[in-house]
Amino acid sequence: MINNLILLVGITLMYSTPLVFGALGGVVSERSGVVNIGIEGMMVVGALAGAAGSYYSGNPWVGFLAAGICGALIALPHAIASISFAADQTISGVAINMLAPGIALFACRALFDGAAMTPVVPKLPKIFGENALVGTPFASLNVNVSTVIALALTVLIWFVLYKTKWGLRVRAVGEHPAAADTLGVNVYGVRYVCVLVSGMLAGFGGASMSIAIMSQFTQTAISGHGFIAMAAVIFGKWTPVGAYLACLVFGFTQALVVVLGGGNFAIPSSILSMLPYIITIIVLVLFVGRSVAPKANGTPYIKGSR
Amino acid sequence: MINKNITRRGFAGALGLGAMAALAGCGGSGGETAVDEELKATMVTDTGGIHDQSFNQLAWAGLEQLEAEGDWKVGYLESHQESDYVTNLDKAVDDGCRIIWGIGFAMGEAINNVAEQNPDCQFAIIDSTNDRDLPNLIGVVFRAQEPSFVVGYIAANMSSSGKVGFVGGMKSELIDQFEYGYYAGIEYANKKKGLKVTYQGQYAESFTDSAKGKSIAQKMIQDGCDVLFHAAGGTGVGMLDACKEAGVKSIGVDQDQSLVRTDDKSIITSALKRVDTAVVNVSHGVVDGTIDSGSNVAMGATEGAVGIPDNIIHDGETEPRLPDALYDEALDLFEQIKDGTIVVPDNQEKFNEFVKTI
Repeated sequence: MINNLILLVGITLMYSTPLVFGALGGVVSERSGVVNIGIEGMMVVGALAGAAGSYYSGNPWVGFLAAGICGALIALPHAIASISFAADQTISGVAINMLAPGIALFACRALFDGAAMTPVVPKLPKIFGENALVGTPFASLNVNVSTVIALALTVLIWFVLYKTKWGLRVRAVGEHPAAADTLGVNVYGVRYVCVLVSGMLAGFGGASMSIAIMSQFTQTAISGHGFIAMAAVIFGKWTPVGAYLACLVFGFTQALVVVLGGGNFAIPSSILSMLPYIITIIVLVLFVGRSVAPKANGTPYIKGSR
Repeated sequence: MINKNITRRGFAGALGLGAMAALAGCGGSGGETAVDEELKATMVTDTGGIHDQSFNQLAWAGLEQLEAEGDWKVGYLESHQESDYVTNLDKAVDDGCRIIWGIGFAMGEAINNVAEQNPDCQFAIIDSTNDRDLPNLIGVVFRAQEPSFVVGYIAANMSSSGKVGFVGGMKSELIDQFEYGYYAGIEYANKKKGLKVTYQGQYAESFTDSAKGKSIAQKMIQDGCDVLFHAAGGTGVGMLDACKEAGVKSIGVDQDQSLVRTDDKSIITSALKRVDTAVVNVSHGVVDGTIDSGSNVAMGATEGAVGIPDNIIHDGETEPRLPDALYDEALDLFEQIKDGTIVVPDNQEKFNEFVKTI
């Protein structure tokens, strides 16, 4: 019983980590007023960049950084289209989602001899060291360091958004860009930074899948995580802490399915796999209540327009 | 779209007159017409591409082997997205082929459609079936229960904790072959060697969710399992990784996964589908008329289309990952499967029967 509870915590943390990065990316972008549907695509690129960087440098941290940089790079077209050219942000984001897996696959084939997956690459370390706790009931609590980074970034982004001048500007731009503009805030500049940071965070999320949970990039490494992360943004009312908790809920429900499934309990797995969605609906109805997006979210800002 | 198909059909029809005569031959009753025509085989990959280190690559190896034999001219078309399947298959039809191969379960629907529209061309598909009783499509499936049985036997013998596990993608007839074949292998080992190895299996309800595969594996490892097998595609990659981290043994599937995951010393063997062998055999069978041009064939140990990889010594290691004696026992099991001494069950019902008989 105790062992299962420990396992539940360990799996929850592992499962939610890539989602947390993606959701933080969504929060940052959307608080500045730019909808980012492209999180999924940015995570795919990050996953490939993470594995490739780790493989070629032999250092997973280089891979992790490369993932952030490549995530930001793939976010750049989204920023240009939706900020400078006032294009529809949803369409631009969808375009990223279609483009990114193609780019990742192309890059993978170019870098790895035509293969659609990378070899096994060095992984980010675990918090208590590689072989600590192996064979004990606590093994699953030896989470990857990326889990800790996700938590730290959540706190950092909360601090920046709510306790600094910069954060106030971001939020102002997301609520009422014209008002912010009249007060001398560079709306375009703020949005650019936020979208690029969003891409970077999503890239980290991809890497936390390919070089933390797994140890290679595969075509299916990121399959829907970006969209769950987006749901977590809304679930968490567009706040970093809310989004973090929402991701934990998603992770927890999956962990519950795993721990309840198989062996001792005779619940069919197809019924169990409904559990995450049922729990999500219940939590949403009972505990979350109304979730209101930043007012200017999704609206391009055109200087001087009324 | 409709227009395009009509023109294509007309085109293919005009061009296919000669080929039609040739193809009638493989219907079984026709004569050996137009045999001097060059034999051309084209394969269409699924989205994994030609170097996917999996089915596509193996199928291509099979075609290259055909070409090396001298009579065949071979080529491939890569699909980059699912919408390419039909386009590529049509392109292969336009090129005029003796046989057009579709690789992978994902292309099943597309190849059934294209085969229906082009009755004068011969098609074959790996890991899927001729669903509509078409006269010009061969569905090639594998008796996956046979290698699964053998790796189950190996798992039971290699386990020191007496507990082994299985991670499935989604419950289906196909995955049942793996699960019950494996389970049967374990029970067989228990009986023959007086072991008391217990089995646990769990489904991830996904073929892509690596994190879930890893979670399930972690749970099984915590429960004491020390050999895990999977039939779960991308989900299974997570399982392999969990085994590597925990230092327990794992068994790969479909291809020799220890060659793809070069740094992973946990993988002791794999349940292979030898797609290359299947491609060669069926291509030959179509030409010499031993395989009906519109049929479904199941290939297994008898055809040499399933197996386990050679027990090689991997780079940087001093010993093979399986004891030689056990490897020989495993090969002997394949012999017994071939001569019918062992009929491996591929679903729960047959499994229950099987357990009673051993």
